[in-house]
Amino acid sequence: MTLTEKLRERISRAFYNHGLLCASYPIPIILFTGLCILACCYPLLKLPLPGTGPVEYSTPVKDYSPPSPDAGLQQGDLGERPDWYVGAPVAYIQQIFVKATVSPWQKNFLAVDVFRSPLSRVFQLVEEIRNHALRDSSGVKSLEEVCLQVTDLLPGLKKLRNLLPEHGCLLLSPGNFWQNDRERFNADPDIIKTIHQHEPKTLQTSATLKDLLFGLPGKYSGVNLYNRKRVVSYTVTLGLQRYDSRFLSSLRSRLKLLHPSPNCTLREENIVHVHFKEEIGIAELIPLVTTYIILFAYIYFSTRKIDMVKSKWGLALAAVVTVLSSLLMSVGLCTLFGLTPTLNGGEIFPYLVVVIGLENVLVLTKSVVSTPVDLEVKLRIAQGLSNESWSIMKNMATELGIILIGYFTLVPAIQEFCLFAVVGLVSDFFLQMFFFTTVLSIDIRRMELADLNKRLPAEACMPPAKPVSRSQRYERQPAMRPATPHTITLQPSSFRNLRLPKRLRVIYFFARTRLAQRLIMAGTVIWIGILVYTDPAGLRTYLTSQVTEQSPLGEAGLPPMPVPGGVLPAGDPKIDLSVFPSDPIHLSENQTQQREQKSGLESLNRLETNRHTWAQGPEGKGNGQTELGTEAEVTWGAEDEEIWRKLSFRHWPSLFSYYNITLAKRYISILPAIPVTLYLNPQEALEVRHPQEANRYHPFLSSSGGKLDAEARPDQASSKLQGHQDVTLYKVAALGLASGIILVLLLFCLYRVFCPKNYGQNGLSHSRRKRGDLPCDDYGYSPPETEIVPLVLRGHLMDIECLASDGMLLVSCCLVGQIRVWDAQTGDCLTVIPKPRLRRDSSGIFDYQESWDLSPDGKNGLDDSFENSHQLKRMLSPPQPPLFCDQPDLTSLIDTNFSEQVKVAESETRLRAVGSRQKETGYDFSSLVGKAYEEHSTSNCMNFTGLSAPHGHASFCAGSGSPRSLGCGTEEGGCSSRRRSLGDESFTGFDKSSLLPSWGGDLESSVWSLDLQGNLIVAGRSNGKLEVWDAIEGTLRSSNDEGQSGITALVFLNNRIVAARLNGSLDFFSLETHTSLNHLQFRGAPSRSSIPSSPVFSSSDIIMCQLTHTVSCAHQKPITALKAAAGRLVTGSQDHTLRVFRLEDSCCLFTLQGHSGAITAVYIDQTMVLASGGQDGAICLWDVLTGSKVSHMYAHRGDVTSLTCTTSCVISSGLDDVISIWDRSSGIKLYSIQQEMGCGASLGVISDNLLVTGGQGCVSFWDIGYGDLLQTVYLGKSNESQPARQILVLENAAIVCNFGSELSLVYVPSVLEKLD
Amino acid sequence: MAEAEIWIQRNVTLFPPDVITSIFSSAWWVPPCCGTASAVIGLLYPCMDRHLGEPHKFKREWSSVMRCVAVFVGINHASAKVDFANNIQLSLTLAALSIGLWWTFDRSRSGFGLGVGIAFLATLVSQLLVYNGVYQYTSPDFLYVRSWLPCIFFAGGITMGNIGRQLAMYECKVIAEKSHED
Repeated sequence: MTLTEKLRERISRAFYNHGLLCASYPIPIILFTGLCILACCYPLLKLPLPGTGPVEYSTPVKDYSPPSPDAGLQQGDLGERPDWYVGAPVAYIQQIFVKATVSPWQKNFLAVDVFRSPLSRVFQLVEEIRNHALRDSSGVKSLEEVCLQVTDLLPGLKKLRNLLPEHGCLLLSPGNFWQNDRERFNADPDIIKTIHQHEPKTLQTSATLKDLLFGLPGKYSGVNLYNRKRVVSYTVTLGLQRYDSRFLSSLRSRLKLLHPSPNCTLREENIVHVHFKEEIGIAELIPLVTTYIILFAYIYFSTRKIDMVKSKWGLALAAVVTVLSSLLMSVGLCTLFGLTPTLNGGEIFPYLVVVIGLENVLVLTKSVVSTPVDLEVKLRIAQGLSNESWSIMKNMATELGIILIGYFTLVPAIQEFCLFAVVGLVSDFFLQMFFFTTVLSIDIRRMELADLNKRLPAEACMPPAKPVSRSQRYERQPAMRPATPHTITLQPSSFRNLRLPKRLRVIYFFARTRLAQRLIMAGTVIWIGILVYTDPAGLRTYLTSQVTEQSPLGEAGLPPMPVPGGVLPAGDPKIDLSVFPSDPIHLSENQTQQREQKSGLESLNRLETNRHTWAQGPEGKGNGQTELGTEAEVTWGAEDEEIWRKLSFRHWPSLFSYYNITLAKRYISILPAIPVTLYLNPQEALEVRHPQEANRYHPFLSSSGGKLDAEARPDQASSKLQGHQDVTLYKVAALGLASGIILVLLLFCLYRVFCPKNYGQNGLSHSRRKRGDLPCDDYGYSPPETEIVPLVLRGHLMDIECLASDGMLLVSCCLVGQIRVWDAQTGDCLTVIPKPRLRRDSSGIFDYQESWDLSPDGKNGLDDSFENSHQLKRMLSPPQPPLFCDQPDLTSLIDTNFSEQVKVAESETRLRAVGSRQKETGYDFSSLVGKAYEEHSTSNCMNFTGLSAPHGHASFCAGSGSPRSLGCGTEEGGCSSRRRSLGDESFTGFDKSSLLPSWGGDLESSVWSLDLQGNLIVAGRSNGKLEVWDAIEGTLRSSNDEGQSGITALVFLNNRIVAARLNGSLDFFSLETHTSLNHLQFRGAPSRSSIPSSPVFSSSDIIMCQLTHTVSCAHQKPITALKAAAGRLVTGSQDHTLRVFRLEDSCCLFTLQGHSGAITAVYIDQTMVLASGGQDGAICLWDVLTGSKVSHMYAHRGDVTSLTCTTSCVISSGLDDVISIWDRSSGIKLYSIQQEMGCGASLGVISDNLLVTGGQGCVSFWDIGYGDLLQTVYLGKSNESQPARQILVLENAAIVCNFGSELSLVYVPSVLEKLD
Repeated sequence: MAEAEIWIQRNVTLFPPDVITSIFSSAWWVPPCCGTASAVIGLLYPCMDRHLGEPHKFKREWSSVMRCVAVFVGINHASAKVDFANNIQLSLTLAALSIGLWWTFDRSRSGFGLGVGIAFLATLVSQLLVYNGVYQYTSPDFLYVRSWLPCIFFAGGITMGNIGRQLAMYECKVIAEKSHED
């Protein structure tokens, strides 16, 4: 035990040191590892590249003997001898290469004459070969004895039965087309048709019958109607079983003797041995492909576990590189020590990867990542390494043990595999330790750097510091929104992509990079390329011939170009031109320049021919000229050398496969070809001509216009040829295009199938997560949470019940009915509506615990007070419209009283002395107020203004501006929260006094609903009272307690207030203001920069809250939901129905029935789409215009707690703590988000793309479109236990979450932190 | 789905290449049957785990499952491709490899037992098929067939069980969370 522990200790220590080393010198270590890898892979260069192409090896003909079948014997012979060169070849191939031409050519010959007579000679030649026998001392040796005897063709090749030899020598010649029967040939009216009848109609990629029988690519045969050189080439291919040098040489010398090729320069030294690899069939391919698929799946599942690193992809790549290069190293090392791999590398590779595995790498990463973040990078690496050292070593030992066991199976293949695996394991360990650890250290360092960088913007994102110019806010108008509403820009898709669900990620990747299209394009290009390259009659040769044909365009001075089928000897053709004055070039001077250029090559060729005939002189120059014919000369050039090389590499395998002989892993020996030159005289050509041909074909050179036409004609012919080739080209292009389009369509369809709109339909089960876990998206990805310090708004003593906001102001109300008004931007508490901790002392005067802060910023305070009083004064002059229909006279009474009071105030000089004077008057008022309070402790504002003059007098006097007096002249009276704003103080102070009567009675009744618009707060209380407060000044502007039933919901929209009551009735109120005419004008004074917009109720206005209509029995049961938009009001009730009212005339338009439970949530927007959720867990979408139900979804197990919509989605949350996102038009569930317990209702939509949900002490931001979690913001440690119960999105993109008695202001731009 | 694919795959690699054509041509019902059988096995393992009340905890990761599948395919591949000196060697090697597979990826007694049972049953079925002339082995050696076939079936059973357990674990997690939720 101690030994193990000691060992463990030691290993751990060693790993620790090693980790330190790696993290300290990352770059040198990576370079060193790279060098090691390269060094170990160096021996791989010697290995043959994998591929199925044939391999060649040449040996000299001289002294050739077939290699002995025993490989061991030859080891000493030749170092470079390939290991497959063992034993006799499958066959020796002897080709007799025939070039034939009709000479001299007569101008009235037909095009078919070019090849008909040369081909007719093949029968004679084949006879000669077949009958050749070697007579020597040992007797007579015939071809039959040495040749390769073939048996039946494969059963599937019945078509070819007459064309390929069976049960005899493998002897192929073009004569096989006519069963080696000359008579058949002569009777054949259309040779070309016969030859091409077995050509595949489609594009040919491998050997065709024509190629097989001609023994050379069809292009070179010259058997077509447009053969300008009039030289026909073909081969007689002979397969030999045994190599009999004497027989072959006698055959060679005999053929040469019979058909001399005087100018032949073909080399005849080497036998080329061609070794063919094994070809992989489909049946073998299936397991291979499967293993690779499994391998990729394995790598994928492994690397996806890499987490919490800077670059996931980078590390995954490093892991894969580690494994792959360790394998390469393993192979390299094994070859270095003399072990040559015999296994198929492609087959065992996946298994090796799987055996070596990525586990250690992942374990390392995990271990390092889980070390304390605050440590230094070096130490983290070292610690992580040493933590896992023991398990790594143990695993390694186990694997080595298993592999060693495998080694003792004594099966060579398994042993080899094990050997590779062992070396691979060791080198993998080495690479893990050096390469991967170092890469990991670099990554961790990068991540720390990124964290550092991130911290700065995080602070920058904090809300702006307190010192905001106070005066500005003071005269704040609600319409004065920030110029840019909010700056949420979602991250570019490349960033967001990483957090998508995996399957979508793949598809998006495809879509983004247009991978499919590109692959198809590349595939098509490659395919065409392969076609061109492998097709013997393909584009490549066509192009080269085009080039060579057109190259004389440059003309005369150009050096001669090599011509297919003949080579011009070195030397200036001009000399020849001058030598032969009678030559066509001479005549062509009369022709147009273009024709001369076109025919230049031809003429040169002819010149050449002439020169040779001269040199030989059998027919003589004169003869050719007098007959106006041209003499052809067969030339042998370098390109005729080993003409079989130009055949498709599948030529020989396919030939032998016809006889069920495989060339896989075997070789054939190709003997040097025997050149045969045939000259046919015109008589022969005429004799063999078929009678039909004369009619069918025009003469090859029809008109007798001399050589000019002779030249012109081939031009035409060549253009025809070109046209023919063009058609093929177009066919290829069209085919490629068509297949490409079809593939694109197919992939498009697949894409549509795989990626429908409702991809997240059954996402419910995916999104479950354990409570207490970090919020994460469907696939477990949880973005790094940030801990920013939210603006915590404290002050409420009890839990916050209602929240309302208009973007600039935030109003909250707690259980005890205290309403606080906050500045939504700075988080300052502007107003507390029932004054906090207010007590009445014995003298009946209110005492404030908090002292007033009276830093006399004279000007502001003065200005405002001045302004107010001024406004009030102005209000007097115009005749007031009747405020109440029933009590018109009383209002004027109030006004009179009021004006008097204002006049008093105004009569004083409004200078610095104002303060003291206000004190005086304030004192009076306070005593008045005290009296008033005694009289009307429970009366509301409305009654009180209407009925009791003294009281009204008092209140308005106070309103005219003596705030500080309330503190009995003491300057301590005041609210601490108002400390900073002198202006505020001067106005808010007095409000308290005037409001005393009302809240004296309201303290017991709690606020059930709140709404805010402009600077007015509407509060509905449990006792049925509706109050209108001024948010800034905290004054009760109006009140109505006509209803006795508690107000459960409120809507405040453009001067209209709708209150829904517990008893199911609905009250419509209208707010009426009385504004002085000069008011606006005054407001527009230069000192005020902004002009208020409509819903602003100036503090000087008199606001009347008038009940205009009551729907006494809107619902049978309490109204639970109330929303208004687009001129419609929607109520939802516990009686399972919804009702739609028109706002302007309170007329009920529809009653919507469809829910089977109480309505809990209603949403309506400007597009008249109404969504409702009920206790039955269902969501209904309605069309408010027609009152019809659009769709009905069963959303939640339990009540739908809240409901909101974006332009495309409906977002609902329920008591089951699931937030579901639905497609708005189709009602299909897109996906859902599992919330934490108690946070179900907390959600908010910031923009069309951004959703906020609350969690335990945090809020999370989601991308609505994709359902991925963008960021989680923790709102400080202290709140962790409290769930976010409510989220309110403000218009400046801050969110307010309701954490018990606290509010938190979070600024959304912190999401953008992720961008860097 | 994956399971069925692997069983078809097994069919391909299980029998020597000459038989492949006959497999493709002969019975259309064989791939579906193999697929169903593998699905049943895949279901059987987690069922048994639940029955025994001991949830399988060893190496519960998809990457491990993939590795297991790869090794299984490798065993098939090796048995089809590698030339063994004699049948005993082949059988011993395959047996060792199968046990190794179980040890590396499963290590549960229940898994072993079920694997053995499956191997026995599957061998029986295939023998019946052979007797009825549906299939013919290239090598008629009775012992030969009987000795290496169970190893392959055992390994296949383990692999299927691995996949099934992994899938079931996923299911279990969801169910557990649901119950937790309620």
